Amino acid sequence: MGFVVVLLKREEKRMFGFIRQRAACRGNHASSLERGIRATALRTFSSSGKEMTVRDALNSALDEEMSADPKVFLMGEEVGEYQGAYKISRGLLKKYGPERVRDTPITEAGFTGIGVGAAYYGLKPVIEFMTFNFSMQAIDHIINSAAKSNYMSAGQISVPIVFRGPNGAAAGVGAQHSQCFAAWYGSCPGLKVLVPYSSEDARGLLKAAIRDPDPVVFLENELLYGESFPVSAEALDSSFCLPIGKAKIEREGNDVTITAFSKMVGYALKAAEILAKEGISAEVINLRSIRPLDTSTINASVRKTNRLVTVEEGVPQHGVGAEICATVVEESFYYLDAPIERIAGADVPMPYAANLERIAVPQVDDIVRAAKRICYRSH
Amino acid sequence: MHLICHYIHEPLYMFSPITHTHTQHKHLVSNLFWKRFFPMSICRLARSRTITRFLKTKICPFEIHERLITPNYSFFHACSSYKTLAGNFTRKPHELWDKTANILAFRRFESARAGEQAEAVSYTDDDEDENQSIDFPGGRVTFTPQIKFISESTDKRVPCYRVLDDDGYPFAGSRSEQVDKETALKMYKSMVTLQIMDHIFYEAQRQGRISFYMTSMGEEAINIATAAALSPDDIILPQYREPGILLWRGFTIEEFANQLFGTKNDAGKGRQMPVHYGSKKHNFVTVSSPIATQLPQAAGIAYSLKMDNKEACAVAFTGDGGTSEGDFHAGLNFAAVMEAPVLFICRNNGWAISTPISDQFRSDGVVVKGQAYGIRSIRIDGNDTLAVYSAIRAAREMVIREQKPILVEALTYRVGHHSTSDDSTKYRPLNEIEYWKTARNPLGRYRKWVQRNGWWTDEEETELRGSIRKQVMNAIQVADKTEKPSLKELFTDVYDRLPLNLHEQEKSLRETIKRHEQDFPADVPL
Repeated sequence: MGFVVVLLKREEKRMFGFIRQRAACRGNHASSLERGIRATALRTFSSSGKEMTVRDALNSALDEEMSADPKVFLMGEEVGEYQGAYKISRGLLKKYGPERVRDTPITEAGFTGIGVGAAYYGLKPVIEFMTFNFSMQAIDHIINSAAKSNYMSAGQISVPIVFRGPNGAAAGVGAQHSQCFAAWYGSCPGLKVLVPYSSEDARGLLKAAIRDPDPVVFLENELLYGESFPVSAEALDSSFCLPIGKAKIEREGNDVTITAFSKMVGYALKAAEILAKEGISAEVINLRSIRPLDTSTINASVRKTNRLVTVEEGVPQHGVGAEICATVVEESFYYLDAPIERIAGADVPMPYAANLERIAVPQVDDIVRAAKRICYRSH
Repeated sequence: MHLICHYIHEPLYMFSPITHTHTQHKHLVSNLFWKRFFPMSICRLARSRTITRFLKTKICPFEIHERLITPNYSFFHACSSYKTLAGNFTRKPHELWDKTANILAFRRFESARAGEQAEAVSYTDDDEDENQSIDFPGGRVTFTPQIKFISESTDKRVPCYRVLDDDGYPFAGSRSEQVDKETALKMYKSMVTLQIMDHIFYEAQRQGRISFYMTSMGEEAINIATAAALSPDDIILPQYREPGILLWRGFTIEEFANQLFGTKNDAGKGRQMPVHYGSKKHNFVTVSSPIATQLPQAAGIAYSLKMDNKEACAVAFTGDGGTSEGDFHAGLNFAAVMEAPVLFICRNNGWAISTPISDQFRSDGVVVKGQAYGIRSIRIDGNDTLAVYSAIRAAREMVIREQKPILVEALTYRVGHHSTSDDSTKYRPLNEIEYWKTARNPLGRYRKWVQRNGWWTDEEETELRGSIRKQVMNAIQVADKTEKPSLKELFTDVYDRLPLNLHEQEKSLRETIKRHEQDFPADVPL
């Protein structure tokens, strides 16, 4: 089930902003100078008229990184002969051979452990989980080995590994295929957690993740794989990459800030369209990165609009929205004109029945109603 | 006393008429079983390695060639006892079983007719019958109209490779790697150092000077002889009872002390609890507390070494308890499938904290699990320094030459407690611990051999022990007084580069310290 992508009007590319972004790619923390420019510079690229699905974006990113660095290799169930469980690795086995695109037996613990070991030694594995629900079978390797090794070994062992795969709810796949793990992985020091939305996000963030010397958890979304997004010429360049830890302002606005990540960004944008017709100008922030969380962008936006709605697919307790609320209250309390609204999934394992599933995840109307409530416009 | 090299032992035992007792019954494997049940592939393998060829040729185990490997069916099939369809053996089988048996014409070996024997097995090559085999995914298998279960256990356990007897005399006919005086002495001195180090650091914990310690007492031979047999390029993934390898590779006593005390001189920057050593320059991956996680990681490292075409292998250790972890299965299975050059060494010391091996698994130890994964394996006497040295040398060479994993089970005994948080006298008898500490001590046995070669004297022994003791005590004194790591090390190495949020946290912490100096602990340098 796809949904209509809202094509936004884009301004001309800001050269300076682009260069700043590429420089920032190499260092993963913002300088104060960057922080100042970032809010305006990062959000715009010229439209090249080309569209690309997220699937192709991921595929091309993998392809380019594997060709640029012989240490990069892909491992996971069905990634080779089957071309990927979701066809993300289509064509890669043929191009790079079985040494670099490895099909594995069904042992998440096994291939994750092997990936971590290979990374210890200096290779750059990209480990694919068929869904992040199955990463639970390998979570010890991800947390206790990958995330903590650099710290525990005092920098002697670095783990340049990427764990990627679909996260969150798909359509009608039930509880064990639908959990969102953004908050879980987001609580682990030592990991970086990325959540792309558009094709540009997918390309830029995956490339950044593969090049990053730290372990990265890359949470994709199954329903977004088939979605097409416009991509700029810069994004198509093989050296393109996005900085880790920077959110993107997808749509500017003045009345309320809506933060979202992954599929929910699309919902938030749709909600913003609806709100615009009612005279509420919403600013939509695409988080792009859960850890590190771009609290500066969020706070800057809240200080401008004075209202905040956080949107996520996962459950509200200990969720990403909870963290955003806490950080905004800590840093921008006096700028808030209304209590923060959290929109999250129902606090239940995902049901299967279509009607139940629909009410268990946030929908566009939920976001619209929350924004209206927060603007004191609801009845 | 003679012990024929176990490589010869296996085939003899496989092909001679085998008798074993199962309560009152003697059973022999039927000829029919061998003809019908064996997979074709194993048939073919056996054909090239029959007993006659073995016996005809002179066998030198350390000429590494095919004949070194026995297709070791023996512990699965040769001495198997058979179960009835019903399952458990009964002395007076129900009449129904009799009838069923006749109908199905399967051979019941547990029968009320005492003394019934099946035919002796003599599996020969000409028993192959192409018509009696059938294709399935995975290959061709012969089939049989008899219902035969592979027994869950064999009467005879897999023998272990041993070179020196309890008095340090090599068994007549034993085959082992020649050890020169220098290596032999270095091994002995390292074992002594390890033993003394363990004693004194353990006492230091008891006195409250360090928070935790784990000794390797009783396993010194495994620690040191393995290290001696490997090359410094081989990457070690320890469990936690292998500090001897670091010692051999040049980690100083002072470096050990610094890690235990978590001082600023610790290469690990005081990040890990005691005994969790790690050293990149010694190719020793940091000890990780969750059990057996290092096994699939070793396969990953080995895979990297293979891709780099290095003349080195990954060596992963685990204990008997670690073989119960899921990662053991994942690691071995994967290493076999990927053909990764990993040497898996299992220190079967009989205890996993308080769990004896009878509660850990029901197989014949760990060595038999190797074949289940398609991995060549060997069982060795882990308290015999020369046996460990020879076996690991041979195994390593095979691993690197053939780029395939090998499993070594080293039988030993954990003389010390599991750790300083454990009191093993609570779950095992004192006299058992004493026995293994004295009569079966690996150092004693090896020392006798070394001294008999004229390479060591009692005076040198006393001198060495005295000097090591002084060195260790000194290292403790120094480390105890050394400063702990500074505050900035709290935040570094979480990521490759310090991220913004940690930078801010550190800044905020330092400001708080400045404002509330009296609350800040005195022993944390800024």
